[in-house]
Amino acid sequence: MIYFENVSKIYSDKTKALEEINLKIEPNEFVSIVGHSGAGKTTLIKMLLAEEAPSDGNVFFGSIDIHSLNKRKTNKLRRRIGTIFQDFRLLPHKNVYENIAFAMEAAGKTDEEIKTDVPHVLELVDLPKKAWNFPHELSGGEQQRVAIARAIVNQPDVIVADEPTGNLDPLNAYDIVQILKKINDLGTTVIMTTHNKGLIDELGKRVITMEDGKIIRDDATGRYAI
Amino acid sequence: MFWLNLKRIFKSGFVAFWRNGVVSLSAILVMVITLLIISFVLFSGTLLDHTLNELKDRVDVNVNIATDVVEDEALGLKTQIENLPEVESVEYVSPEEALEQYRERHVNDQKILAALDELNDNPLGAVLNIKAKSPSQYESIQLFLEQNYPEGEIDSIIENVNYARKKEAIDKLNLIIEAGEQFGLLLTVVFVVLSIIITLNTIRLAMYISRDEIRVMNLVGADHSYISGPFIITGSIYGIFSAILVLVLLYPITFYIGPKIAPVFFDLNIFNYYVNNFGEIFLIVFMSGIIIGAISSFLAINRYLKKKR
Repeated sequence: MIYFENVSKIYSDKTKALEEINLKIEPNEFVSIVGHSGAGKTTLIKMLLAEEAPSDGNVFFGSIDIHSLNKRKTNKLRRRIGTIFQDFRLLPHKNVYENIAFAMEAAGKTDEEIKTDVPHVLELVDLPKKAWNFPHELSGGEQQRVAIARAIVNQPDVIVADEPTGNLDPLNAYDIVQILKKINDLGTTVIMTTHNKGLIDELGKRVITMEDGKIIRDDATGRYAI
Repeated sequence: MFWLNLKRIFKSGFVAFWRNGVVSLSAILVMVITLLIISFVLFSGTLLDHTLNELKDRVDVNVNIATDVVEDEALGLKTQIENLPEVESVEYVSPEEALEQYRERHVNDQKILAALDELNDNPLGAVLNIKAKSPSQYESIQLFLEQNYPEGEIDSIIENVNYARKKEAIDKLNLIIEAGEQFGLLLTVVFVVLSIIITLNTIRLAMYISRDEIRVMNLVGADHSYISGPFIITGSIYGIFSAILVLVLLYPITFYIGPKIAPVFFDLNIFNYYVNNFGEIFLIVFMSGIIIGAISSFLAINRYLKKKR
Protein backbone atom coordinates (compact mmCIF):
# COMPACT_ATOMS: atom_id res chain seq x y z
CA MET A 1 0.00 0.00 0.00
CA ILE A 2 2.76 2.49 0.96
CA TYR A 3 6.24 2.13 -0.45
CA PHE A 4 9.39 4.12 0.22
CA GLU A 5 11.88 3.34 -2.54
CA ASN A 6 15.49 4.38 -1.83
CA VAL A 7 14.28 7.62 -0.27
CA SER A 8 16.89 10.13 0.91
CA LYS A 9 16.42 13.63 2.18
CA ILE A 10 19.34 16.04 2.37
CA TYR A 11 18.62 19.62 3.40
CA SER A 12 20.38 22.62 1.89
CA ASP A 13 22.78 22.76 4.86
CA LYS A 14 23.88 19.18 3.92
CA THR A 15 22.05 17.65 6.90
CA LYS A 16 20.99 14.11 6.04
CA ALA A 17 17.48 13.60 7.43
CA LEU A 18 16.84 10.30 5.63
CA GLU A 19 19.24 7.94 3.95
CA GLU A 20 18.16 5.30 1.45
CA ILE A 21 14.96 4.31 3.13
CA ASN A 22 13.23 1.22 1.72
CA LEU A 23 9.96 0.50 3.42
CA LYS A 24 6.73 -1.30 2.59
CA ILE A 25 3.56 -0.93 4.65
CA GLU A 26 0.67 -3.28 3.86
CA PRO A 27 -3.03 -2.42 4.18
CA ASN A 28 -4.51 -2.86 7.64
CA GLU A 29 -1.11 -2.81 9.36
CA PHE A 30 -0.42 -0.97 12.63
CA VAL A 31 3.15 0.28 12.33
CA SER A 32 5.00 2.11 15.08
CA ILE A 33 8.09 4.08 14.16
CA VAL A 34 10.44 4.69 17.05
CA GLY A 35 13.75 6.45 17.45
CA HIS A 36 15.51 9.31 19.20
CA SER A 37 14.71 12.91 18.32
CA GLY A 38 16.30 13.73 14.98
CA ALA A 39 16.25 10.09 13.86
CA GLY A 40 14.09 11.03 10.84
CA LYS A 41 10.65 9.85 11.99
CA THR A 42 8.85 13.14 11.34
CA THR A 43 10.62 13.66 8.00
CA LEU A 44 9.38 10.22 6.95
CA ILE A 45 5.81 11.21 7.87
CA LYS A 46 6.17 14.55 6.05
CA MET A 47 7.22 12.67 2.90
CA LEU A 48 4.05 10.61 3.09
CA LEU A 49 1.92 13.75 3.49
CA ALA A 50 3.76 15.45 0.60
CA GLU A 51 4.86 18.23 2.94
CA GLU A 52 8.48 17.51 2.05
CA ALA A 53 9.86 16.19 -1.21
CA PRO A 54 12.64 13.57 -1.19
CA SER A 55 16.06 14.55 -2.50
CA ASP A 56 16.26 11.11 -4.01
CA GLY A 57 13.95 8.12 -4.42
CA ASN A 58 10.16 7.82 -4.57
CA VAL A 59 7.24 7.45 -2.20
CA PHE A 60 4.22 5.54 -3.48
CA PHE A 61 0.68 5.45 -2.20
CA GLY A 62 -0.64 2.36 -3.96
CA SER A 63 0.53 2.90 -7.52
CA ILE A 64 0.66 6.71 -7.17
CA ASP A 65 4.05 8.44 -6.91
CA ILE A 66 3.07 11.00 -4.27
CA HIS A 67 5.60 13.64 -5.27
CA SER A 68 4.67 13.62 -8.92
CA LEU A 69 1.19 14.92 -8.11
CA ASN A 70 0.11 18.50 -8.72
CA LYS A 71 -1.41 20.59 -5.90
CA ARG A 72 -4.98 19.60 -6.67
CA LYS A 73 -4.21 15.88 -6.71
CA THR A 74 -2.05 16.23 -3.59
CA ASN A 75 -5.08 17.66 -1.79
CA LYS A 76 -7.17 14.71 -2.96
CA LEU A 77 -4.51 12.31 -1.70
CA ARG A 78 -4.42 14.05 1.69
CA ARG A 79 -8.14 13.43 2.07
CA ARG A 80 -7.31 9.69 2.01
CA ILE A 81 -4.82 10.13 4.87
CA GLY A 82 -5.97 11.16 8.33
CA THR A 83 -3.34 13.08 10.34
CA ILE A 84 -2.87 13.37 14.08
CA PHE A 85 -0.12 15.46 15.71
CA GLN A 86 1.48 15.82 19.11
CA ASP A 87 0.24 19.43 19.39
CA PHE A 88 -3.28 18.48 18.17
CA ARG A 89 -3.39 21.28 15.56
CA LEU A 90 -7.06 22.02 15.88
CA LEU A 91 -8.46 25.17 14.32
CA PRO A 92 -8.60 27.47 17.38
CA HIS A 93 -11.55 29.60 16.24
CA LYS A 94 -13.76 26.68 15.31
CA ASN A 95 -15.60 24.59 17.85
CA VAL A 96 -15.27 20.79 18.06
CA TYR A 97 -18.14 20.18 15.65
CA GLU A 98 -16.77 22.71 13.13
CA ASN A 99 -13.22 21.33 13.35
CA ILE A 100 -14.46 17.90 12.32
CA ALA A 101 -16.92 19.29 9.80
CA PHE A 102 -14.11 21.30 8.16
CA ALA A 103 -12.32 18.10 7.10
CA MET A 104 -15.58 16.86 5.57
CA GLU A 105 -16.27 20.18 3.84
CA ALA A 106 -12.75 20.12 2.39
CA ALA A 107 -13.54 16.66 1.02
CA GLY A 108 -16.71 18.02 -0.60
CA LYS A 109 -19.22 16.24 1.63
CA THR A 110 -22.80 17.54 1.75
CA ASP A 111 -24.38 19.21 4.78
CA GLU A 112 -26.56 16.14 5.33
CA GLU A 113 -23.52 13.84 5.44
CA ILE A 114 -21.82 16.21 7.88
CA LYS A 115 -24.90 16.29 10.13
CA THR A 116 -24.95 12.49 10.26
CA ASP A 117 -21.24 11.69 10.47
CA VAL A 118 -19.89 14.28 12.90
CA PRO A 119 -22.05 13.20 15.88
CA HIS A 120 -21.20 9.61 15.01
CA VAL A 121 -17.40 10.10 15.20
CA LEU A 122 -17.84 12.18 18.35
CA GLU A 123 -19.55 9.13 19.88
CA LEU A 124 -16.61 6.98 18.75
CA VAL A 125 -14.09 9.17 20.58
CA ASP A 126 -16.44 9.60 23.52
CA LEU A 127 -16.93 13.36 23.20
CA PRO A 128 -20.60 13.81 22.21
CA LYS A 129 -21.15 16.42 24.91
CA LYS A 130 -18.23 18.62 23.84
CA ALA A 131 -19.41 19.31 20.29
CA TRP A 132 -19.91 23.05 20.86
CA ASN A 133 -16.78 23.65 22.95
CA PHE A 134 -13.76 25.40 21.52
CA PRO A 135 -10.31 23.73 21.63
CA HIS A 136 -9.07 25.97 24.47
CA GLU A 137 -11.94 24.72 26.62
CA LEU A 138 -10.79 21.09 26.34
CA SER A 139 -8.08 19.09 28.12
CA GLY A 140 -5.10 17.73 26.13
CA GLY A 141 -6.60 14.26 25.97
CA GLU A 142 -9.92 15.63 24.74
CA GLN A 143 -8.21 17.78 22.11
CA GLN A 144 -6.32 14.76 20.83
CA ARG A 145 -9.57 12.81 20.62
CA VAL A 146 -11.07 15.61 18.55
CA ALA A 147 -8.01 15.41 16.29
CA ILE A 148 -8.61 11.67 15.94
CA ALA A 149 -12.28 12.25 15.15
CA ARG A 150 -11.25 14.74 12.46
CA ALA A 151 -8.71 12.28 11.08
CA ILE A 152 -11.17 9.39 10.77
CA VAL A 153 -14.34 11.21 9.75
CA ASN A 154 -13.62 10.88 6.02
CA GLN A 155 -12.87 7.16 6.47
CA PRO A 156 -9.30 7.44 5.23
CA ASP A 157 -7.19 4.52 4.06
CA VAL A 158 -4.39 5.47 6.42
CA ILE A 159 -4.06 7.28 9.73
CA VAL A 160 -0.72 8.97 10.31
CA ALA A 161 -0.10 9.86 13.95
CA ASP A 162 3.08 11.83 14.68
CA GLU A 163 3.83 11.51 18.43
CA PRO A 164 0.10 11.52 19.29
CA THR A 165 0.76 10.82 22.97
CA GLY A 166 3.71 13.18 23.38
CA ASN A 167 1.75 15.87 25.24
CA LEU A 168 -0.50 13.57 27.26
CA ASP A 169 -0.42 11.97 30.70
CA PRO A 170 -0.08 8.14 30.79
CA LEU A 171 -3.80 7.52 31.20
CA ASN A 172 -4.81 9.73 28.28
CA ALA A 173 -1.91 8.34 26.22
CA TYR A 174 -3.19 4.82 26.82
CA ASP A 175 -6.74 5.86 25.82
CA ILE A 176 -5.50 7.44 22.59
CA VAL A 177 -3.55 4.34 21.59
CA GLN A 178 -6.55 2.17 22.37
CA ILE A 179 -8.70 4.33 20.07
CA LEU A 180 -6.06 4.03 17.33
CA LYS A 181 -6.01 0.27 17.87
CA LYS A 182 -9.79 0.14 17.53
CA ILE A 183 -9.59 2.14 14.28
CA ASN A 184 -6.96 -0.31 13.03
CA ASP A 185 -9.17 -3.26 13.99
CA LEU A 186 -11.91 -1.73 11.85
CA GLY A 187 -9.60 -1.95 8.80
CA THR A 188 -7.64 1.32 8.64
CA THR A 189 -3.86 1.28 8.34
CA VAL A 190 -2.20 3.18 11.21
CA ILE A 191 1.32 4.61 11.16
CA MET A 192 2.40 6.06 14.50
CA THR A 193 5.66 7.62 15.66
CA THR A 194 6.25 7.61 19.40
CA HIS A 195 8.74 7.61 22.27
CA ASN A 196 6.40 5.76 24.62
CA LYS A 197 8.05 2.41 25.38
CA GLY A 198 5.21 1.05 27.53
CA LEU A 199 2.61 1.59 24.83
CA ILE A 200 4.74 0.01 22.10
CA ASP A 201 5.52 -3.02 24.17
CA GLU A 202 1.87 -3.56 25.01
CA LEU A 203 0.68 -3.15 21.42
CA GLY A 204 2.61 -6.13 20.11
CA LYS A 205 2.50 -4.78 16.55
CA ARG A 206 5.16 -4.04 13.93
CA VAL A 207 7.92 -1.70 15.14
CA ILE A 208 10.38 0.13 12.88
CA THR A 209 13.39 1.60 14.66
CA MET A 210 15.22 4.55 13.09
CA GLU A 211 18.58 6.12 13.83
CA ASP A 212 20.41 8.91 11.99
CA GLY A 213 17.97 8.83 9.09
CA LYS A 214 18.22 5.05 8.57
CA ILE A 215 16.01 2.11 9.47
CA ILE A 216 18.09 -0.04 11.79
CA ARG A 217 15.43 -2.55 12.83
CA ASP A 218 12.06 -3.69 11.50
CA ASP A 219 10.29 -6.26 13.71
CA ALA A 220 6.88 -7.72 12.82
CA THR A 221 5.80 -7.98 16.46
CA GLY A 222 8.45 -5.85 18.01
CA ARG A 223 9.24 -4.13 21.25
CA TYR A 224 10.74 -0.73 21.92
CA ALA A 225 14.46 -1.38 21.92
CA ILE A 226 16.88 1.53 21.52
CA MET B 1 -20.92 21.96 -5.27
CA PHE B 2 -19.81 25.44 -6.35
CA TRP B 3 -22.72 27.16 -4.56
CA LEU B 4 -22.32 24.95 -1.50
CA ASN B 5 -18.63 25.84 -1.30
CA LEU B 6 -19.40 29.53 -1.85
CA LYS B 7 -21.99 29.46 0.92
CA ARG B 8 -19.49 27.77 3.26
CA ILE B 9 -16.71 30.23 2.33
CA PHE B 10 -18.98 33.21 3.09
CA LYS B 11 -20.22 31.71 6.34
CA SER B 12 -16.70 30.81 7.42
CA GLY B 13 -15.44 34.32 6.57
CA PHE B 14 -18.19 35.96 8.64
CA VAL B 15 -17.67 33.60 11.58
CA ALA B 16 -13.88 34.17 11.53
CA PHE B 17 -14.45 37.94 11.48
CA TRP B 18 -16.71 37.71 14.51
CA ARG B 19 -14.64 35.23 16.52
CA ASN B 20 -11.26 36.91 15.92
CA GLY B 21 -12.61 40.08 17.48
CA VAL B 22 -9.30 41.66 18.50
CA VAL B 23 -7.61 41.00 15.16
CA SER B 24 -10.69 42.25 13.30
CA LEU B 25 -10.80 45.42 15.39
CA SER B 26 -7.12 46.22 14.78
CA ALA B 27 -7.47 45.56 11.05
CA ILE B 28 -10.54 47.80 10.92
CA LEU B 29 -8.75 50.62 12.75
CA VAL B 30 -5.82 50.51 10.33
CA MET B 31 -8.18 50.39 7.37
CA VAL B 32 -10.09 53.38 8.77
CA ILE B 33 -6.84 55.34 8.58
CA THR B 34 -6.26 54.09 5.04
CA LEU B 35 -9.75 55.06 3.90
CA LEU B 36 -9.55 58.43 5.69
CA ILE B 37 -6.35 59.15 3.77
CA ILE B 38 -8.08 58.17 0.52
CA SER B 39 -11.05 60.42 1.43
CA PHE B 40 -8.76 63.35 2.22
CA VAL B 41 -6.95 62.81 -1.06
CA LEU B 42 -10.36 62.88 -2.74
CA PHE B 43 -11.35 66.12 -0.98
CA SER B 44 -7.95 67.70 -1.63
CA GLY B 45 -8.29 66.83 -5.30
CA THR B 46 -11.70 68.48 -5.41
CA LEU B 47 -10.45 71.59 -3.60
CA LEU B 48 -7.44 71.82 -5.88
CA ASP B 49 -9.57 71.36 -8.99
CA HIS B 50 -12.06 73.94 -7.81
CA THR B 51 -9.31 76.43 -6.94
CA LEU B 52 -7.50 75.97 -10.24
CA ASN B 53 -10.77 76.28 -12.18
CA GLU B 54 -11.63 79.44 -10.31
CA LEU B 55 -8.20 80.85 -11.09
CA LYS B 56 -8.54 79.89 -14.75
CA ASP B 57 -11.98 81.46 -14.82
CA ARG B 58 -10.66 84.76 -13.60
CA VAL B 59 -8.24 85.10 -16.48
CA ASP B 60 -9.33 86.57 -19.79
CA VAL B 61 -7.94 88.64 -22.61
CA ASN B 62 -9.68 91.85 -23.60
CA VAL B 63 -9.79 93.12 -27.16
CA ASN B 64 -10.54 96.82 -27.37
CA ILE B 65 -12.32 97.63 -30.60
CA ALA B 66 -11.67 100.95 -32.30
CA THR B 67 -14.29 103.58 -31.53
CA ASP B 68 -15.22 104.08 -35.17
CA VAL B 69 -16.16 100.43 -35.69
CA VAL B 70 -19.86 99.75 -36.00
CA GLU B 71 -21.53 97.13 -33.85
CA ASP B 72 -22.12 94.66 -36.73
CA GLU B 73 -18.46 94.66 -37.59
CA ALA B 74 -17.48 94.06 -33.96
CA LEU B 75 -20.01 91.25 -33.68
CA GLY B 76 -18.54 89.74 -36.89
CA LEU B 77 -15.13 89.68 -35.22
CA LYS B 78 -16.73 88.13 -32.13
CA THR B 79 -18.15 85.28 -34.28
CA GLN B 80 -14.75 84.78 -35.93
CA ILE B 81 -13.02 84.50 -32.58
CA GLU B 82 -15.73 82.21 -31.20
CA ASN B 83 -15.09 79.83 -34.07
CA LEU B 84 -11.46 79.32 -33.00
CA PRO B 85 -11.08 75.86 -31.42
CA GLU B 86 -9.13 77.28 -28.46
CA VAL B 87 -11.90 79.68 -27.43
CA GLU B 88 -14.31 78.86 -24.65
CA SER B 89 -16.44 82.00 -24.88
CA VAL B 90 -16.42 85.59 -26.10
CA GLU B 91 -18.39 88.29 -24.35
CA TYR B 92 -19.34 91.41 -26.29
CA VAL B 93 -19.39 94.60 -24.26
CA SER B 94 -20.92 97.51 -26.15
CA PRO B 95 -19.26 100.95 -25.95
CA GLU B 96 -22.08 102.12 -23.64
CA GLU B 97 -21.61 99.18 -21.30
CA ALA B 98 -17.86 99.68 -21.43
CA LEU B 99 -18.30 103.29 -20.36
CA GLU B 100 -20.66 102.26 -17.59
CA GLN B 101 -18.16 99.67 -16.33
CA TYR B 102 -15.36 102.23 -16.54
CA ARG B 103 -17.37 104.68 -14.46
CA GLU B 104 -18.09 101.99 -11.87
CA ARG B 105 -14.43 101.08 -11.65
CA HIS B 106 -13.52 104.73 -11.02
CA VAL B 107 -16.46 105.70 -8.91
CA ASN B 108 -14.17 107.15 -6.25
CA ASP B 109 -12.03 109.09 -8.70
CA GLN B 110 -13.80 112.42 -9.17
CA LYS B 111 -11.20 113.77 -11.64
CA ILE B 112 -11.77 110.95 -14.12
CA LEU B 113 -15.53 111.17 -13.74
CA ALA B 114 -15.39 114.96 -14.30
CA ALA B 115 -13.18 114.47 -17.39
CA LEU B 116 -15.65 111.95 -18.79
CA ASP B 117 -18.51 114.40 -18.22
CA GLU B 118 -16.58 117.05 -20.15
CA LEU B 119 -16.51 114.87 -23.25
CA ASN B 120 -19.50 114.90 -25.54
CA ASP B 121 -18.76 111.54 -27.13
CA ASN B 122 -18.10 108.16 -25.60
CA PRO B 123 -14.29 107.78 -25.79
CA LEU B 124 -14.48 104.00 -25.37
CA GLY B 125 -15.04 101.45 -28.07
CA ALA B 126 -16.65 98.03 -27.69
CA VAL B 127 -14.71 95.32 -25.88
CA LEU B 128 -14.48 91.59 -26.52
CA ASN B 129 -13.65 89.57 -23.41
CA ILE B 130 -12.16 86.29 -24.56
CA LYS B 131 -11.89 83.20 -22.37
CA ALA B 132 -9.74 80.36 -23.69
CA LYS B 133 -10.42 76.72 -22.91
CA SER B 134 -7.06 76.59 -21.15
CA PRO B 135 -4.78 79.43 -20.06
CA SER B 136 -2.00 78.03 -22.26
CA GLN B 137 -4.11 78.76 -25.35
CA TYR B 138 -4.21 82.55 -25.00
CA GLU B 139 -0.97 82.80 -26.91
CA SER B 140 -2.38 81.18 -30.05
CA ILE B 141 -5.50 83.36 -29.84
CA GLN B 142 -3.24 86.39 -29.60
CA LEU B 143 -1.32 85.12 -32.63
CA PHE B 144 -4.52 84.83 -34.63
CA LEU B 145 -5.48 88.39 -33.77
CA GLU B 146 -2.03 89.73 -34.56
CA GLN B 147 -1.96 88.08 -37.97
CA ASN B 148 -5.46 89.06 -39.00
CA TYR B 149 -5.98 92.35 -37.22
CA PRO B 150 -2.59 93.96 -36.59
CA GLU B 151 -2.78 96.64 -33.93
CA GLY B 152 -2.04 100.18 -34.91
CA GLU B 153 -2.84 99.73 -38.62
CA ILE B 154 -5.07 102.51 -39.83
CA ASP B 155 -7.70 100.15 -41.14
CA SER B 156 -7.54 97.71 -38.22
CA ILE B 157 -10.73 97.39 -36.24
CA ILE B 158 -8.75 96.47 -33.14
CA GLU B 159 -7.26 99.23 -31.13
CA ASN B 160 -5.33 97.03 -28.77
CA VAL B 161 -5.25 93.66 -27.04
CA ASN B 162 -4.15 93.56 -23.42
CA TYR B 163 -2.51 90.13 -23.74
CA ALA B 164 1.06 91.43 -23.37
CA ARG B 165 0.23 93.06 -20.05
CA LYS B 166 -1.45 89.90 -18.76
CA LYS B 167 1.09 87.52 -20.27
CA GLU B 168 3.26 87.29 -17.19
CA ALA B 169 0.30 86.54 -14.93
CA ILE B 170 -1.07 83.98 -17.38
CA ASP B 171 2.30 82.24 -17.68
CA LYS B 172 2.65 82.12 -13.93
CA LEU B 173 -0.84 80.76 -13.60
CA ASN B 174 -0.05 78.11 -16.19
CA LEU B 175 2.95 77.05 -14.13
CA ILE B 176 0.90 76.97 -10.92
CA ILE B 177 -1.84 74.90 -12.55
CA GLU B 178 0.63 72.47 -14.06
CA ALA B 179 2.53 72.09 -10.78
CA GLY B 180 -0.74 71.83 -8.84
CA GLU B 181 -2.05 69.06 -11.06
CA GLN B 182 1.25 67.14 -10.97
CA PHE B 183 1.66 67.57 -7.24
CA GLY B 184 -1.94 66.53 -6.67
CA LEU B 185 -1.44 63.38 -8.73
CA LEU B 186 1.85 62.58 -7.01
CA LEU B 187 0.30 63.14 -3.60
CA THR B 188 -2.63 60.89 -4.49
CA VAL B 189 -0.38 58.09 -5.71
CA VAL B 190 1.98 58.34 -2.72
CA PHE B 191 -0.80 58.37 -0.12
CA VAL B 192 -2.86 55.65 -1.74
CA VAL B 193 0.18 53.37 -2.15
CA LEU B 194 1.32 54.07 1.41
CA SER B 195 -2.08 53.35 2.87
CA ILE B 196 -2.40 50.12 0.88
CA ILE B 197 1.03 49.00 2.13
CA ILE B 198 -0.03 49.70 5.72
CA THR B 199 -3.23 47.67 5.27
CA LEU B 200 -1.39 44.86 3.50
CA ASN B 201 1.06 44.58 6.37
CA THR B 202 -1.68 44.56 8.99
CA ILE B 203 -3.57 41.83 7.16
CA ARG B 204 -0.32 39.94 6.62
CA LEU B 205 0.16 40.04 10.38
CA ALA B 206 -3.37 38.69 10.88
CA MET B 207 -2.50 35.93 8.41
CA TYR B 208 0.74 35.20 10.26
CA ILE B 209 -1.30 34.61 13.41
CA SER B 210 -3.32 32.08 11.40
CA ARG B 211 -0.31 30.31 9.86
CA ASP B 212 -0.81 27.07 11.82
CA GLU B 213 -4.47 27.12 10.93
CA ILE B 214 -3.59 27.43 7.24
CA ARG B 215 -1.17 24.52 7.56
CA VAL B 216 -3.82 22.31 9.15
CA MET B 217 -6.28 23.23 6.41
CA ASN B 218 -3.64 22.15 3.88
CA LEU B 219 -3.10 18.88 5.67
CA VAL B 220 -6.75 17.89 5.73
CA GLY B 221 -6.69 18.31 1.95
CA ALA B 222 -8.60 21.58 1.58
CA ASP B 223 -8.16 23.20 -1.84
CA HIS B 224 -6.35 26.53 -1.88
CA SER B 225 -9.48 28.40 -2.94
CA TYR B 226 -11.34 26.86 -0.02
CA ILE B 227 -8.57 27.96 2.38
CA SER B 228 -8.10 31.46 1.00
CA GLY B 229 -11.81 32.19 0.34
CA PRO B 230 -12.86 32.83 3.95
CA PHE B 231 -9.77 35.03 4.54
CA ILE B 232 -10.67 37.13 1.50
CA ILE B 233 -14.27 37.43 2.73
CA THR B 234 -13.00 38.47 6.19
CA GLY B 235 -10.73 41.07 4.52
CA SER B 236 -13.71 42.44 2.58
CA ILE B 237 -15.73 42.66 5.80
CA TYR B 238 -12.88 44.69 7.37
CA GLY B 239 -13.25 47.00 4.36
CA ILE B 240 -17.03 47.30 4.69
CA PHE B 241 -16.94 48.13 8.40
CA SER B 242 -14.05 50.56 7.95
CA ALA B 243 -15.87 52.28 5.07
CA ILE B 244 -19.02 52.72 7.17
CA LEU B 245 -16.95 54.15 10.05
CA VAL B 246 -15.11 56.52 7.71
CA LEU B 247 -18.35 57.73 6.10
CA VAL B 248 -19.77 58.43 9.55
CA LEU B 249 -16.57 60.18 10.70
CA LEU B 250 -16.39 62.35 7.58
CA TYR B 251 -19.68 64.05 8.50
CA PRO B 252 -18.45 65.84 11.67
CA ILE B 253 -14.94 66.31 10.25
CA THR B 254 -16.14 68.11 7.10
CA PHE B 255 -18.81 69.92 9.11
CA TYR B 256 -16.09 71.36 11.35
CA ILE B 257 -13.39 72.00 8.75
CA GLY B 258 -15.59 72.94 5.78
CA PRO B 259 -16.61 76.50 6.74
CA LYS B 260 -13.14 77.25 8.16
CA ILE B 261 -11.24 76.52 4.96
CA ALA B 262 -13.91 77.59 2.46
CA PRO B 263 -12.61 81.20 2.17
CA VAL B 264 -9.16 79.91 1.15
CA PHE B 265 -10.59 77.73 -1.60
CA PHE B 266 -12.90 80.20 -3.37
CA ASP B 267 -15.87 79.41 -1.11
CA LEU B 268 -15.99 75.69 -1.75
CA ASN B 269 -17.36 74.18 1.47
CA ILE B 270 -16.31 70.54 1.60
CA PHE B 271 -19.18 69.74 3.98
CA ASN B 272 -21.66 70.77 1.28
CA TYR B 273 -19.58 68.92 -1.27
CA TYR B 274 -19.69 65.79 0.95
CA VAL B 275 -23.45 65.98 1.50
CA ASN B 276 -24.27 66.79 -2.14
CA ASN B 277 -21.99 64.08 -3.55
CA PHE B 278 -22.58 61.50 -0.84
CA GLY B 279 -23.60 58.76 -3.30
CA GLU B 280 -20.40 59.08 -5.30
CA ILE B 281 -18.16 59.37 -2.20
CA PHE B 282 -19.97 56.44 -0.57
CA LEU B 283 -19.27 54.29 -3.65
CA ILE B 284 -15.59 55.31 -3.82
CA VAL B 285 -14.90 54.76 -0.10
CA PHE B 286 -17.00 51.58 0.10
CA MET B 287 -15.51 49.99 -3.00
CA SER B 288 -11.96 51.06 -1.99
CA GLY B 289 -12.52 49.38 1.39
CA ILE B 290 -13.75 46.12 -0.10
CA ILE B 291 -11.13 46.02 -2.85
CA ILE B 292 -8.19 46.91 -0.57
CA GLY B 293 -9.38 44.42 2.08
CA ALA B 294 -9.91 41.61 -0.40
CA ILE B 295 -6.71 42.21 -2.40
CA SER B 296 -4.56 42.57 0.73
CA SER B 297 -5.96 39.29 2.09
CA PHE B 298 -5.50 37.57 -1.25
CA LEU B 299 -1.87 38.71 -1.53
CA ALA B 300 -1.09 37.86 2.10
CA ILE B 301 -2.58 34.37 2.02
CA ASN B 302 -1.27 33.52 -1.43
CA ARG B 303 2.19 34.32 -0.25
CA TYR B 304 1.63 31.91 2.59
CA LEU B 305 -0.01 29.16 0.56
CA LYS B 306 2.85 29.22 -1.92
CA LYS B 307 5.31 28.43 0.83
CA LYS B 308 3.89 25.00 1.54
CA ARG B 309 2.39 22.46 -0.75
